[in-house]
Parts: sequence; C-alpha cells; structure tokens
Amino acid sequence: MTIIAIDWAFIVEKLIMIAIIVFASLGIALYTTFGERKVAAILQDRPGPSRVGPFGLFQPLADGLKLIMKEEIIPNAANKWLFILGPGLAMTASLMTCAVIPWGSAVDVFGRHVALQIADVNIGILYVFAVVSMGVYGIMIGGWASNNKFSLMSSLRAASQAISYELAMGLALIALLMTTGSLSLKTIVEQQITGRYWNIVYQPLGFLLFFITALAECNRTPFDLPEAENELNFGYHQEYSSMKLGFYLFAEYINMIMSSAIMASMYFGGYDLPFFNEASVAPNIAALIGVGTLLIKIVMFIFLFMWIRWTIPRFRYDQLMNLGWKTMIPLALFNLLLTGAVILAKL
Amino acid sequence: MQALTNKAQAVNREPMTFWERLYLINIIKGMFITFSHMFKKQPTIHYPEQKREFSPVFRGLHVLNRDEEGRERCTACGLCAVACPAEAITMEAAERVAGEEGLYREEKYAAKYEINMLRCIFCGLCEEACPKDAIYLSETFAPANFTRKGFIYGKTDLLIPNPKTEASALAMAKGVEA
Repeated sequence: MTIIAIDWAFIVEKLIMIAIIVFASLGIALYTTFGERKVAAILQDRPGPSRVGPFGLFQPLADGLKLIMKEEIIPNAANKWLFILGPGLAMTASLMTCAVIPWGSAVDVFGRHVALQIADVNIGILYVFAVVSMGVYGIMIGGWASNNKFSLMSSLRAASQAISYELAMGLALIALLMTTGSLSLKTIVEQQITGRYWNIVYQPLGFLLFFITALAECNRTPFDLPEAENELNFGYHQEYSSMKLGFYLFAEYINMIMSSAIMASMYFGGYDLPFFNEASVAPNIAALIGVGTLLIKIVMFIFLFMWIRWTIPRFRYDQLMNLGWKTMIPLALFNLLLTGAVILAKL
Repeated sequence: MQALTNKAQAVNREPMTFWERLYLINIIKGMFITFSHMFKKQPTIHYPEQKREFSPVFRGLHVLNRDEEGRERCTACGLCAVACPAEAITMEAAERVAGEEGLYREEKYAAKYEINMLRCIFCGLCEEACPKDAIYLSETFAPANFTRKGFIYGKTDLLIPNPKTEASALAMAKGVEA
C-alpha cells in the first residue's frame, strides 16, 4: 500500500527536462558571449575572435577554461559568506526564470505526453517577476560584501535602477494582461496561436516599454550603470575573480536569454511559426519546429540587445532616473488607460 | 570671431524638439549606421598568414654582402661605424693571410663585426657610407629575443649565404626578403 501515490515517471520526466534546459541555457549563454564578441567586432569592422578552432568557435571554451584556472581571491576585509553567496544567488535567480517558459507545445515520448515546459504555473508572469527581482540581491550582496566603495556604489545603483524600471515593466505588463486575461505564459502563447495576431499588434507601446525596461533589468547598455567599466572600475564585480566573476557574467547573459524568451512568448507568439499550419505535420515534428522557432526568435532578440549595446552610449545616472520615473512610468500608465478604454469600448 | 578654417560649424543651441527628445528616431538612425558597418570591408590583416607588404624603400635588418665569388666585401674601413648616428656598429679589422684569398676580397677584412639592433635606428647611413657595397639594409626586421645580448648581431647573423657553396640558401633568403 502506498500513502502518497507518486508518479515517478513524471518526476523523472521533469528532472530530465530541467537538466536539458539548464545545460542548454548554460551552453547558449556560453555561445552568447562568443556572439557578443563577434557582433561587436563585425559592427566595428573587425574580424573578432577567429583563432581558437574553426571560425574561433572554441573561443568560449578557452575563455571558460581561463576563468576557471584563475586564482580564487576573497579579500581580507570582505564578508566571506556573503561574498560567496552573491554570485550564486545571481546565477540561481537567472536560471530559475526558465522554469515557466513554454519552449514548445508537447511531444509524445514512449507513450507519454510531455509538455515542453517545466512548470505551467497559472501565475507564470508573477513568478518571473518575483525571481527577476531576486536577481538584484545577488548584485547587492556581492557589491556590499566586497567591502569596496566602488562595488557598493554600483550595487546601490543597480538596486535603484532595478526598482525604478521594474515599476514601468510591471505597468507595461498589466496592460498586456488586461488583453489576455491570463497570467500563465502557456495560455498567453496559445491565445496568440489561435488568435488572429500576435500581442505586439495589440500592445506596440507596451512592447516598446517592456523592451526598454528589459534592457535596464538585464543591465545592458545603455543602462549598464551597475557595471560602468570606465566610471566604477567594473562595478559590483570588481573584487571578484575566477569562476565567481564568471557566474556574474554568465548570469547577465542568461538573464538576456530569458528576457528574450519572455518577450518572444508574450509579444511575438512564442513557439508559433507564422503562416504555418502545425496540424499538417506529425505532432512531434510540429513541436520541434516550434522549439526551433522560439530559439530563432530568442537569437534575434539577443542580436538586437547586442546591436543596441554596440551603438548607444551609456546614460548618465540622472538621465536614467529621469527616463525611468518621468517618461517610462507615465507612458506605461497612459498605455494602461488606453488599453482599458479600448477594452471598455469593445464590451 | 573669425574662423581659422572654413570647417567651423556653428553649434545649434535651440532646445530639442519633441521628436528629438524622444531619442528613438535618432537611436534608430544610429543603429542603421552600425548595421551598415556589417557589410563593410574589414581592413584587418590576419598576421601570421597574411603579411603587410613593405614599401620598396623599407629599411630593415642589415646584411653583409659577398661578391659573386662568395668573398666578403667588407674591408673593415670603419666608415659605417663613423657614419652611424646611434653608434650601433663596432668592428675589429684583421689582415688577410696567404690562402684566404677565396674568403676575403681585399687584404684587410673584418674579423669581428657587430651591430647592436637595440641601438640601431635603421637610418641607412651605413649603407650610404660604405665604399665597398658591403652593407645593405634588407626588407625584414629583427625578430623578438629573450635577452639583450641576443640583439647584438655578429658576422654569422649578418653575412648573406655564400652564392657559390650555399646557392639554395641564398635563393631562399632572397625569396623570403623579396
């Protein structure tokens, strides 16, 4: 007799999926660093890394090896536990986001119907927000524990920036949620597949606001004030070396991938390939095509992030705050009002 | 104020218009500028595989010349050392003894001939001073070395291969230099 019936196959299925998604996002993050260097180089008329392996493809492995081989330094005056906790927290928070992203519809493996999503939580977006705001703790704790004034300044900047822009991001999202009526990412994607248009058509201003705030949340240029190489000596990770530094850098790239995935899911139809009837091919193949489509959308967003980074200079701190509080939030509120008015008019 | 050149432009100090304050249009313009650079030709020379061509008047590493029969042309007259503004050249002369006629062109030769490549400024005045066409500046440069001593080039480093006995080595050296 069993006290609790546990579906072991279900647990194994989810564990395998978690492993695949975590390792895949680590691998993609690894190659995003390579992509970043290549994109930067090509936009600046340079060839970029080209020495390690064919077309320099093994460059990220060499970079990773270099990071691991470096000496682990913990400063004497640093708070040791928090110093170690910081990068771990940043990494965990950025990896946790991938749990609710629907990577594809569903595949049939060994007679089981496997949904390509770790957890279809009905408050998916709220979960994403909660986890993303956890990410700033990694930066804050790391910066504070370093016992270095530049690190502390930059972590303060990071915290204030994250709070200011999360407001606008949330308001931009509420407008979207008013049209979809659901917080589950899976439902939002399915609505876009069955509906006529992707959400970008209904929420262009909302998307623009969300995109800009996502740049700020990922600490990407033009909002990379927490890092600010030339003002703050690399900011909050100044005292970090070896793989602890690697974790911070990696977390940033994973954040980028995850916010691209969320933007693709919420505004650009997720795993929906436009003008293609999924019912015309076998369900498994259709699911794989869906995964590929989502990946292509993610890569396009990542390219956009990089393209912006290598085009626009960094904002000044007061400009950042002005933009956040005096422009983004009023615009988001206006968008909210507009959406509400349209929905009311339709009723 | 009078402008020194006709390139001066007045700065526009008008307050920004609404569209300018949005920044978005200018950002998109800027992004197209960077995007257009993706299709530009890269000026990079991939060094070990490709090499930049030197100008025909390039003044590189010195060589000590031999004549057609493979005899050293240098007579250790010292004019190059006198001409050298960096005082990079030193030499010791010796008298040719009977039986060495195939080695040295004239009765006097340089037993020791050293150029300090760290002092040398590659001006080419030694080449101009030489009355015997013995020293020339080639089209290569001094390779890196771990010690300062390694940059003092002696006769073995400077002499070109003997055209009689080491013809293939000479041809190769010329091929590399050309």
